Amino acid sequence: MELTRRDALAALAAGGVAVGAGAMLEGNPFGENAPASPEDRLDTLLAVAEVVYPSEVSGIEEFVRTYALGRTEDRDDYREGIVEALDTLDEYTRTWHDADFRELDAETRESVLDQMGVDTADPDPEGTDRERVRFFAVNELLYALYTSPTGGELVGIENPQGHPGGASSYQRGPDG
Amino acid sequence: MSASDETPDRTPSERADVCVVGSGPAGALTAHRLAERGYAVVVLEAGERFDFEDRTRRMERAIRPGLGSVWEMGGERDDYTSAGEKYYPLNAARVKGVGGTTLHWQGMVMRFHESDFEPWPIDYEDLRPYYAEAEAALGVAGADDNPFAPPREDPFPMAGFEPSYSDSVFAEACERLGVAMHSVPNARNSEGYDDRSACVGYGTCKPVCPSGAKYSADHHVEKAEDEGARVIDRAPVQRLEHDDSGERVTAAVYATPDGETHRQEAREFVLAAGGVETPRLLLLSESDEYPDGLANTSGAVGRYFMDHLFGGAGGTLDRETRQNHVGFITSECHQFYDDPARGASGTDGEIPAWSGEGPEPDRFKLEFLNYAGPSPVEMALSGNEFGDDLLDSLREGYGNSIAMGGLVGQRPRKQNRIELDPETTDDHGNPVPKIHWHLDDRTRASLRRANEIQHAILDDLGVDISWTVGPDETGPAFHHMGTTRMGTDPDSSVVNTRLRTHDLRNLSVASSSVFVTSGALNPTLTIAALALKAADHVEERL
Ligand SMILES: Cc1cc2nc3c(=O)[nH]c(=O)nc-3n(C[C@H](O)[C@H](O)[C@H](O)COP(=O)(O)OP(=O)(O)OC[C@H]3O[C@@H](n4cnc5c(N)ncnc54)[C@H](O)[C@@H]3O)c2cc1C
Ligand code: SF4
Repeated sequence: MELTRRDALAALAAGGVAVGAGAMLEGNPFGENAPASPEDRLDTLLAVAEVVYPSEVSGIEEFVRTYALGRTEDRDDYREGIVEALDTLDEYTRTWHDADFRELDAETRESVLDQMGVDTADPDPEGTDRERVRFFAVNELLYALYTSPTGGELVGIENPQGHPGGASSYQRGPDG
Repeated sequence: MSASDETPDRTPSERADVCVVGSGPAGALTAHRLAERGYAVVVLEAGERFDFEDRTRRMERAIRPGLGSVWEMGGERDDYTSAGEKYYPLNAARVKGVGGTTLHWQGMVMRFHESDFEPWPIDYEDLRPYYAEAEAALGVAGADDNPFAPPREDPFPMAGFEPSYSDSVFAEACERLGVAMHSVPNARNSEGYDDRSACVGYGTCKPVCPSGAKYSADHHVEKAEDEGARVIDRAPVQRLEHDDSGERVTAAVYATPDGETHRQEAREFVLAAGGVETPRLLLLSESDEYPDGLANTSGAVGRYFMDHLFGGAGGTLDRETRQNHVGFITSECHQFYDDPARGASGTDGEIPAWSGEGPEPDRFKLEFLNYAGPSPVEMALSGNEFGDDLLDSLREGYGNSIAMGGLVGQRPRKQNRIELDPETTDDHGNPVPKIHWHLDDRTRASLRRANEIQHAILDDLGVDISWTVGPDETGPAFHHMGTTRMGTDPDSSVVNTRLRTHDLRNLSVASSSVFVTSGALNPTLTIAALALKAADHVEERL
């Protein structure tokens, strides 16, 4: 199933960001601040998305980029939280695998999240490394996907919680 | 995410006709009505004024773990102790802020049945016009299809919400067993109403509706302000002072965030601080004339605390049930309300009459839920799998859950009470409320009876029942009633039928704390009707 720009905008709306349909949302959300370049950081976030999103969704790159841009616009603290979580992840993989997260193969990326304990961590924006990675990287991406119409449809709910999909879908049966 | 930084003027008004304490629906409607009629009204509200623009972010807090309380509840300000046989989670049960607990509530609103008023000194006819006004104020969407509901004069202000798909699944079993299903009145816009949006299906009604389609009392606070009322937020009232004779309240003493204490004087005072803080404030306002607490000559202040209890059951079905599209319910059953022991029979089966041992069950209502089982996004955010494994689990976990709920009442009992806990103090050094809460055998019997009928319906449908909330598992529905009960006898009640305290001539109470009995229906429409009635009586004295 293809994630669209509409999904990204819907997901942003679920986080309180109202973006006009014509708004630009282009470029890179992660400004120039060392140690990683903005492109690298976005690539790391995409690499996380590839692990946490199911294989049947496509269009991840534009979805994540648009979402991340909208989420961090005018919210420096939040951007900082995401950046730090991504840097934490890279630091961890450099220690154990001698490479940044985005450079690892798919299988290793997945096992890293498990080894770090991100899979069982309680998401907490002010918590330990793994709790912040869970909150700012993993759950950020999962919230975006599963509050969007396409993410909902994957599971069988075209009007998922968090998405204002109208007051008639609840009346419809499984065959429409 | 909080109100604007500029410091508003929180000093008292020089001249006020009426001072209202609390800005939930009771306080907001009282303030609006009196301001609209030209009186100078000051509302003192303990909590903050939340920005409507932040609602979507609050919804994110509700869905995403790790973001803290949606409405900033908790901490020293909101401390309490629970001393009864059953723990009472008070801070899950209320919101402090402009709009009060309706910011969080579910928003189902029904009139009490005529029989509910039998032990009260007023009856359904006394409240009937106020119910109609309350429905118009809150904006109630409903259909006139409930044969068990009390008589009404006009249609609901808005058309009711259509039944859900899952209601139609339940309808099959209910028809076979002879169980009636009918609509639920919702304080929720089925179309645009009173400058608020129609429901757009966020599905997070409880604890927050980002669109404003669900009624919340901040709406009437704004309307009151448009009529000239003054609302001071973050101004918790510490105590009420009275004159030398002990006949009139002279001032509400309130604290402000800058550490100052102020006195708001007024001709009339209306307490609308909810069913726990209202008696607490009276107890905190003890004096030489009222050593057991203000307006407490009867000793009933804080006593007879009641809540409704939740009873329910659910499981899974081998077909899709389409849950969690919206966060409200569309069908209920009041068939057993006035005769809980009765049986029923339908086209192909029956509900046997109650044959249980011991006490007979009391009234209850049944609900057909539209949000059974987990929502996919919440499962994803707290799961411990990713990618395809996660999606598989979500598909397995979502889709065929089904469940029923219900509300059961409690009889008023003296031992269930709110008192002051001198051992623990709040952020202003005041003793916190201590809640004594017990369930009696009658309530347990009602829960068993509700479960019995729920199980019969679910079994008939072929549901694999995986959970039941009955007498042992039950918890409160967060409706605080009875703690300043209404009555004609000043020796056994706190307020009279005009909602004025027996003891003080200018002090009224607008709250479910004046309920004499609990009924088994959500209380807020009755609170709203009583608040409008209280406002009329205040006006008579001004
Ligand atoms: C989860 C949940 C779901 C609910 N669902 C429903 C439902 O579907 N239907 C229904 O009918 N009811 C429902 N309720 C109950 C409903 O919210 C309450 O009945 C209603 O809000 C009570 O109105 P109130 O104005 O009396 O009190 P509240 O709404 O609680 O407002 C009281 C206000 O007084 C303020 N206050 C307290 N102490 C002081 C003080 N000392 N000084 C100044 N201000 C003070 C508080 O800060 C608060 O803002 C629900 C409640 C909860 C928690
Ligand atoms: S489903 Fe609930 S939260 Fe969503 S718009 Fe309707 S009333 Fe509001």
